[in-house]
Amino acid sequence: MAKFIEGLYYSESHEYVRVEGEYGYVGITDFAQQQLGNVVYVDLPEVDDEIEADGEFGAVESVKAASDLISPVSGTVVEVNEALEDTPELVNQDAFANWIMKLELSDMAELDNLMDAKAYEEFCNK
Amino acid sequence: MENKRTCLYDRHVKQGALISPFGGFDMPIQYSNITEEHQAVRQHCGVFDVSHMGEVTVKGPDAERWVNHIFTNDVTDAPIGKVFYGMMLYENGGTVDDLLVYKMAEQEYFIVINAANIDKDWAWMQQNSEGFDIDLQNRSDDYGQLAVQGPDAAEIMEKVLRLNCDDLTFYTVKTFDDIIVSRTGYTGEDGFEIYGTQAYIQQAWDALMGAGVTPCGLGCRDTLRFEVGLPLYGHELSPEISPVMAGLSMFCKLDKPEFIGKEAIVKQKTEGVSQKVVGIELDDKAIPRNGYTVLKDGREVGIVTTGYHTISTDKSVCMALVDTEYAKLDTPLDIQIRKKVFPGHVVKKRFYDKHYKK
Repeated sequence: MAKFIEGLYYSESHEYVRVEGEYGYVGITDFAQQQLGNVVYVDLPEVDDEIEADGEFGAVESVKAASDLISPVSGTVVEVNEALEDTPELVNQDAFANWIMKLELSDMAELDNLMDAKAYEEFCNK
Repeated sequence: MENKRTCLYDRHVKQGALISPFGGFDMPIQYSNITEEHQAVRQHCGVFDVSHMGEVTVKGPDAERWVNHIFTNDVTDAPIGKVFYGMMLYENGGTVDDLLVYKMAEQEYFIVINAANIDKDWAWMQQNSEGFDIDLQNRSDDYGQLAVQGPDAAEIMEKVLRLNCDDLTFYTVKTFDDIIVSRTGYTGEDGFEIYGTQAYIQQAWDALMGAGVTPCGLGCRDTLRFEVGLPLYGHELSPEISPVMAGLSMFCKLDKPEFIGKEAIVKQKTEGVSQKVVGIELDDKAIPRNGYTVLKDGREVGIVTTGYHTISTDKSVCMALVDTEYAKLDTPLDIQIRKKVFPGHVVKKRFYDKHYKK
């Protein structure tokens, strides 16, 4: 069973945002990592990249295929999770703890377009 | 059009397999995960439902002459029980399909073709049978097929399925009543392929599951064949990719009097080809995938046909069709992966050594 955590914002392309002050930590959901299977590579963005909502910011790759990462929100990359470069399987172990990029959010109103945990869980079970 | 299902489809669903379309069939891609299934085959044994593969039988006074006409390998005067790998070609040397030909008896052959090509191959075979006294039949819907693969395969065949294969050497075939068993496979490991009625294949699958043999999906079938440099039709062989371009000209027997495509292959062998399938290893962990562009100094010089981060050797490698001038070993080549360009170099296509029992 996939985990769904209260208090995060979720997108239909299975990314989440955890908001702390003016920053957002973006990663893929537990449901997404289960669907992907073993993650063998994470293509990370670079610090200072300008990211747009609904824009591609990298990819996660399973043995079989590459899946684009789509950012739920706009902002500037202030940090990337470099641990994923050598240990991409951390995403499988705990997708919510192992975020992919930290953004300085440029438009808090964008969060209103995203789902809460309950709505996202229903979306996944459809 | 609705996809076809194999006689084991309901079992795959019950076992929780991830199902995806392949070659016109809804096929199991993985049961647990690709890496574990891959390792099961490399280290012990795994079983694949490959009932989607097509089967054609041919017999009659001209059967040998006809096989030699449509097939690049040479079956002349072969012993009964021998299996041949080779291709069917168009006149221009492009590949119709790659296939296995089993010599079952004098003037009697069993031919195994790719699922995605069944209709095309069958039309091609019929179209090229004029003037031959043969009985040609498409038996693709009648046969189910299992591949039992891995170092423990022979023991499993004997203990679980009661099929003693001690006398079956690499690339030979024998029958047990109406069951056909060959020592062949698509994994680079020792193993067997079993053809039988749907009822038999269901019973054999259940017995293998009961004995704890790992069920394996097409996901690891692809990673296994890729690591040992075996081609997949539609990727490393196609109407545009001839066996010479794919590095498989040893399966084209040019001392045969004739076969469809022979003249083109002779020409390609003497004059050379413009592109070749090579291996490329990347310095980084990024994964080259089918369709990605191969670059030399920023200029497009080829395309990736299959790529993975290999499970057995932990490297990012691919097979790619590149311009012949860049096909030499160690040539530096780059691959465009999404927005970035990653450096690599040409290596042998065999990324992992085969472990056949010959």
